[in-house]
Amino acid sequence: MAYAFDFSSVLEYREALVDGTLKTLGLTAIGAVFGLAIGILGAVSRAWKLAPFDRIFAVYVELIRNTPFLVQLFFIFFGLPSLGVQINEWQAAILAMVINLGAYSTEIIRAGIEATPKGQIEAAQSLAMTRAQLFRHVVLPPALLKVWPSLCSQVVIVMLGSSVCSQIAAEELTFAANFIQSRNFRAFETYFVVTGMYFLLALAVRQVMIQAGQRLIARRAK
Amino acid sequence: MQKRPFLKALLAGALVASAGFAGLAQADVLANAQKTGTLRVAVPQDFPPFGTVGPDMKPRGYDIDVANLIGRELGLKVELIPVSSTNRIPYLTTGKADLVISSLGKNPDREKVIDFSIAYAPFFNGIFGPTDIAIKGAADTAGKIVGVTRGSVEDLEFTKVAPPTATIKRFEDNNATISAYLSGQVQLIATGNVVAAAVNERTKIRRLDTKFLIKNSPCYVGVNKGEAALLAKVNEVVGKLKKSGELNQVSQRWLQAPLPADL
Repeated sequence: MAYAFDFSSVLEYREALVDGTLKTLGLTAIGAVFGLAIGILGAVSRAWKLAPFDRIFAVYVELIRNTPFLVQLFFIFFGLPSLGVQINEWQAAILAMVINLGAYSTEIIRAGIEATPKGQIEAAQSLAMTRAQLFRHVVLPPALLKVWPSLCSQVVIVMLGSSVCSQIAAEELTFAANFIQSRNFRAFETYFVVTGMYFLLALAVRQVMIQAGQRLIARRAK
Repeated sequence: MQKRPFLKALLAGALVASAGFAGLAQADVLANAQKTGTLRVAVPQDFPPFGTVGPDMKPRGYDIDVANLIGRELGLKVELIPVSSTNRIPYLTTGKADLVISSLGKNPDREKVIDFSIAYAPFFNGIFGPTDIAIKGAADTAGKIVGVTRGSVEDLEFTKVAPPTATIKRFEDNNATISAYLSGQVQLIATGNVVAAAVNERTKIRRLDTKFLIKNSPCYVGVNKGEAALLAKVNEVVGKLKKSGELNQVSQRWLQAPLPADL
């Protein structure tokens, strides 16, 4: 092979890589928690046709799922300050990720809710459960359990998608990679290392999500 | 043995030719120009705002204005010769142009080949920001958010001198850096004066004023070596244009900023 690898020039910047990794994970964690929360609200609104929220969520889902994430990010980061809303790059990145994951998870969780057998709901109603109790104890846990693998994948996709936040100077892992290769001119080695890091991160995030699903939902769904 | 006459002829020819070239190089360009009444000036045609082709297909820009002003002061008709950044010096050294006014920066390699006048145009990387923020030097950027295009000369240079409390936000390209400034995401940006001029010309959202220079490389008029009379005349004229304020008007017109005091 003609290319001489020099990974030491990347390792010099390991602090930037570690820092970027932590920020990517932080973005993903906050994005996942609030994104899934929005997803649950949106899913129940749409599945049970709670007016006017079902309409609002329908528009929101179509708007977000049919526009690129990068454009949404630019809209928030460059657009909102022009309207007088001051927002820094981290607030913009978190907002964009929450909004984005919220839209996708609304549709994923809705599928789970709509798959609830009618008999289960009728059984709960015959026990004189309120609608809220019915949703919390009978509908939501099995619904989430059914679609949990899809949600895990969606969170991983959002984590990988957070790389575009580097475009608004949010110093996450891809920003660290871009920064390093603009200083050491070792693009191949830098992206080699960062690609490996993303791969490991994705595996780790998936494992955490699967464990969380077991602990939080599987037990209640039984 | 038989080849010797041929060799002699060749040698003689070469001598004549080199004498001819030497004669050309030593000819008094100023006297020649005054004889013909025209001054041939090499100007850029692809480097706004220094030189572009206008809608009327005629060259226009900072350098063209300066060429015309120098011609006016010398009482000569100006013949503009469009050149590119790679052939501007060869045009001068081979006698196809009398002067090069083509946003030419000075460096030791070029100084071996041609002579330079005093500076006639500012060309620098610096920190730019709104009029109401008082910034005199790198130390004043402490606590400020400065946008810069990642990996650019101004990124590398400013990173060296920036105080630790200055936050440097690095963006992907010039457009993102400028958008970040215009939308108020950063308080200052590091960029080139030509870029800042282009922004000021196109938008009035938020003005870019020069705060301080990071790297300075002003433009000079290039003349051939050994043209002392021409060089002295050009220096005299540029000095006069600076004093009369006419060069300042050219700067206001094309760079949307006054000439720096130390130019």
